[in-house]
Amino acid sequence: MTIPGDLRLRLCLAFVLPALLTAVNGFAPACAAMVAALLLHTGSRQSFPWKRLLHLEGFLILLFVTLPFTMPGTPLLTLGPLTASIEGVSRAATLAAKVTASVLLLALLFAATDPLHLGNALRALHMPESLVRLFVAVTRQFGVIRAEFSRLQDAMRARAFHPCSNRHTWRSYGNLMGMLIVRALERADRVEEAMRLRGYTGRFPRTALAGPSAADWAVTAAMIGATALLLLWDKA
Amino acid sequence: MTEPLRLQNLSVSRDGTPILDSIDLRLGERERLAIVGANGAGKTTLLRSIVGLEKPDAGDVILFGEPCRRERDFRAKRPRIGFLFQESDDQLFCPSVIEDVAFGPLNTGASEADARLIASQTLESLGIAHLAERFTHRLSGGEKRLVCLAGLLAMRPDVLLLDEPTNGVDAENGARLRAALLAFSGAIILVSHDDRFVAEIATRALVLADRRLKPAEIHDHVHSHRHPHIHAKQVP
Repeated sequence: MTIPGDLRLRLCLAFVLPALLTAVNGFAPACAAMVAALLLHTGSRQSFPWKRLLHLEGFLILLFVTLPFTMPGTPLLTLGPLTASIEGVSRAATLAAKVTASVLLLALLFAATDPLHLGNALRALHMPESLVRLFVAVTRQFGVIRAEFSRLQDAMRARAFHPCSNRHTWRSYGNLMGMLIVRALERADRVEEAMRLRGYTGRFPRTALAGPSAADWAVTAAMIGATALLLLWDKA
Repeated sequence: MTEPLRLQNLSVSRDGTPILDSIDLRLGERERLAIVGANGAGKTTLLRSIVGLEKPDAGDVILFGEPCRRERDFRAKRPRIGFLFQESDDQLFCPSVIEDVAFGPLNTGASEADARLIASQTLESLGIAHLAERFTHRLSGGEKRLVCLAGLLAMRPDVLLLDEPTNGVDAENGARLRAALLAFSGAIILVSHDDRFVAEIATRALVLADRRLKPAEIHDHVHSHRHPHIHAKQVP
């Protein structure tokens, strides 16, 4: 077991670990954090989140392109009026390592978690009820709306629609989006009515969760402790 | 003209589960074929495979004499095949009826004015010209069906694929639907649980069971039986 099974502790970790990592400034501790996150991943049975990382690295490339030229310091290379600094490159690398480590940790904590269970855990942590409700409803309806989107797209294809960059295409996509929103609003009303008919009065029944096991507490403490040590090393 | 549709040895699976197994089918130019079968027998999958929305594991889809394998092959043939989806809401995505019916002709290269003209003529021929400026998502179930059909007929197809066309359609709109289909000069594949409708429209029937198509018989029983009818009460 590399991560706690209890979702409340996982949520706490998801907040505390990235918060601690944010304070890290040195390149070596940041790399250590990334390696640790990678090791945790290899130790778990989850598939490696290549796709999530790919989305992320796109933004990081932007960072590598801009940061070296905007930070003052020892010049590394000059492109016309622009000068890249060594400090800038090292800052970009540190940031990349920190961000990658955080995303890997988040994926490790939540990739295999059903969002509906997460709702219960958030409630147990006394998060504002309306935010929790929004979160749960969005995750539930997201699949429905996505399925509707792909069926509408199939229907457009079946009627010989072929996207190009012309007015007809833009208007058609505009109509598609508009229809999705109108339907989502109407569905939301129907869902609310159905909930009221079944006795909903504005609060979800709260299912009491059992306390986390001793092992879960231990793993959580170890993970926070290790990250805190990393921060101490960084500040030393 | 060559036969509009031929399936050879077609096998399709979904998420690893085989749905259709070595299906052979020929559809004549003016034939009206009914396909019946239990829920989940794969009738919709069969229709989706014909227009290339489902990728077969093996076998050929031959449309108007040409084997279609890639999206591009199907795209060329789709204007000639009208596919009526099981859920009207999956098909209607433009705000107004007239825009939705004009969508197909616009896709096949008609000018804005021509598309509108074709659309209003088609609505007229179905007896629903009065719906032209209505919002699609506020129509009744039966009206939605007819508007969907109008959207297909506006493309002047040679084949209609109808997935449960009478679902949620009242008597009056059902009569319009029946008249429109009987007046249609091309070929029809009709998937339906409505035996009476099948008997009225179809010239041949097949049963889809155990992933295969088997010949079926449409016969008319002469029954002498009680027969419930619901009429408005005559209030003196």
